[in-house]
Amino acid sequence: MSNNPFFTVDKISKSFGGLQALKELSFHVNKGEIYSVIGPNGAGKSTLFNCINGIYKPDTGSVKIQGQEITGLRPDQVAAHKISRTFQNIELFSNMTTMDNILLGRHMHMKTGVFSASAMLWKNSFSAKDETEHRRKVDEIIDFLDLQASRNKLVSQLPYGIQKIAELGRALATEPELLLLDEPAAGLTNEEREDLIFWIRDIRDELGITIILIEHNIQMVSEISDRIIAINFGKKLVEGTVQEVTNNPDVVRAYLGAD
Amino acid sequence: MDMKRHHYEDVQFLHGWANKFWFAVFVVLVIAAPYMFPAQLFLISLIGVNIIIALGLNILTGNTGQISLGHAGFVAIGAYTTVVLMQSWMIPFPAALIAGGILAMLFGVILALPALRLEGPYLAIATLAFGIAIKIILGNIPGLGGHNGISVIGMDLGFTMITSEVGIYYVIAGIALVMGIAARNIVKSRVGRAFQAIRDSDIAASAAGINLAGYKTMSFMISAFYAGIAGGLWAVLLGYINPNMFEFVVSIEYFAMVVVGGLGFVAGSVMGAAAVTYLRVNSDNLNSVPVIGWLLDLMSIDLTVQTGVTWVITGIVLILVVVLEPLGLYGIWLRIKIYWRTWPF
Ligand SMILES: Nc1ncnc2c1ncn2[C@@H]1O[C@H](COP(=O)(O)OP(=O)(O)OP(=O)(O)O)[C@@H](O)[C@H]1O
Ligand SMILES: [Mg+2]
Repeated sequence: MSNNPFFTVDKISKSFGGLQALKELSFHVNKGEIYSVIGPNGAGKSTLFNCINGIYKPDTGSVKIQGQEITGLRPDQVAAHKISRTFQNIELFSNMTTMDNILLGRHMHMKTGVFSASAMLWKNSFSAKDETEHRRKVDEIIDFLDLQASRNKLVSQLPYGIQKIAELGRALATEPELLLLDEPAAGLTNEEREDLIFWIRDIRDELGITIILIEHNIQMVSEISDRIIAINFGKKLVEGTVQEVTNNPDVVRAYLGAD
Repeated sequence: MDMKRHHYEDVQFLHGWANKFWFAVFVVLVIAAPYMFPAQLFLISLIGVNIIIALGLNILTGNTGQISLGHAGFVAIGAYTTVVLMQSWMIPFPAALIAGGILAMLFGVILALPALRLEGPYLAIATLAFGIAIKIILGNIPGLGGHNGISVIGMDLGFTMITSEVGIYYVIAGIALVMGIAARNIVKSRVGRAFQAIRDSDIAASAAGINLAGYKTMSFMISAFYAGIAGGLWAVLLGYINPNMFEFVVSIEYFAMVVVGGLGFVAGSVMGAAAVTYLRVNSDNLNSVPVIGWLLDLMSIDLTVQTGVTWVITGIVLILVVVLEPLGLYGIWLRIKIYWRTWPF
C-alpha cells in the first residue's frame, strides 16, 4: 500500500498486574507532523512511549513505522528503526560529559570495535578517525542547541534545564526519523521553554524529523502541534486538530478533574 | 561561533608534552626497575601481573558497573591452561598464554549469561560462586596435580627459554604496558563509552541503540581475557600453580585493587594493584610498611607475627576509600595534581 501512514499504533494494551495502563489505544502519525499526546497524570502517556520504544512489551496490539512491524522489539532494535526518545525523568549518563553523552547517541553510526579501539594510537588510525569524525558531528548539535558552555562539563553538574537540552541533543545525535519527547518542557523556565519550542520547530522543519510530544502545558501544545490526542485511563478521549481537542468538553473535564 | 576544536586531541593517547614526558619517565622506570630495586624484583613482577587483572576487572566493574567477586576463577583458568599446554603439550609459551586468555574469555561468556539477568548483590553472589567452583573443580581434575598443583619452569619461546627473574619481569612488564594502553584506548572510545553508558543508565543506553546483552557480555569477555593472561604470567613468575592460589579472598583482593585505585580509571587500576599487592607481600611485616607501620608503631601495635591481618587492613582501607575518597588513589592523585597546578597561589 502506497499511502501507509508513516507511523501507526494499533490497539495496543498494557497492564501492570490489575492496572490497565493502556486499553486498545490506536492512532497514526504522518511524516513531518508534530503530534502531541496529552492527558492527566497516570493516563498512560509514558507507558505508551515505553511500549513504542521497547522498554515495555505491549500485551496486545501492534506498532509500525513505515509499514515495518516493531512491536516487541528490544529498545536498541527500535532505535535501529530510527526512533529516538527522551525521558520524563532525565536519563543522562551522569558521570560523562555533555560531549560524551551526545557522542553516545552516535553509537549506531560509529564503527570502532574492541580491536580497532585498542589500537587508537595515531591520528589516522581507524578508531581515531571514527572518533574525530563523530565528535565533529556532535559539535554541530552542540552549536545547534547552544550547549557550547557545557560541552566538557559532567552532565550531573549542569542545571536541570540544560540537562534536558543535552538529553535532546543525544536523541538527535542518533539521526532519528521519529522523535519521542516525554515532557521536555517540564521544569523549564519560561525563557528555556521558548527556546525549546523554537528548537522543536526547527527539528521538524530543518531536519524533517517527525515528533510525538507528551506535554502538560496546553499553551505550548496548542502553539506547536499539528494534531493532538487526548488520553485518559489508557484510552483515547479525542483526537484531532488543536481546536477540536482543546474545545472538547471531555478534555476540559479530564483536565479540570485532574488538576 | 567559530571556536577552534581539536577533536583528535580529545582522545589522543598522551596528548601534550606533559603527558608525554611523564609517560616517558614511567617507561624508563619500568625498564630500570630491576636494577634500581633488585631485591624487590619479585614484588614488582607480581604488581605487574596484578595490574593486568585490575585493568580488566576495572573495565567490568568500574566502567560497565558489573560486579565480579570471582575473578580469581578466570586467573586460575588462564594459569592452568598456560601451564598444561606448555608442560604437557609442549606448546610454546606465547601460544599457551594466549590460549589461556582465550579460554578464560570463553568462561567470561558463561559467567555473563547469569549476569544479564542479575544485578548488584545477586550478581556478586553468582560470580563469587563461580570463582569458588572453578577452584574446587581444578583441584579435582585428574592430571592437574590436585592440591599440590603443578610446577613450571620458565617461558619456553620455542627457540629459547626465559628462566631468569629479570627476563620474566620484562615479559610481564611489556605485556602489562601493552594491555594498559589497550585498556585506556578501549575506555576512551566507542566501546568503552557504551560500557559507561550501561553503567550510568541502561535504559538510556539501549534507547540509543546499544545492545545491552551484547555489550555486557563483551565486557565480561575483555575482563576475563585480561585475567586469563595474567594467570599464565603469574604461574611462570611463581614457578608453580595450585588451587589455593585462587582462594575466593583473592578475588576480593582484586576487587579491592580497583576500588582502592579508583573505579573506572585506568591509572587507578595501576595504583590500586601496586598498593594492594605491596601490602599483601609485606603482610607478615606490616610494621615496616610506610604510613601504616608508622601508625601501628604510634599505637604500639606489633603485627609482625599475626597472620591474615592484611585482610583486616584491606577491609579497613576499602571502607575508608569508599567513605573518604570514592575516586580512590587516582582521585587523591588528581587532587595533588590540581594542588600543584595552582601552586603557589
Ligand atoms: N512499571 C510499572 N509498574 C507498575 N505500574 C506502572 C508501571 N509503569 C506505569 N505504571 C502505572 O501505569 C499508569 C500510567 O503511568 P504513566 O507513567 O504511563 O502515566 P503518565 O500518563 O505518563 O503520567 P504522568 O503525567 O504523571 O507522567 C500509572 O497508574 C502508573 O502507576
Ligand atoms: Mg509520564
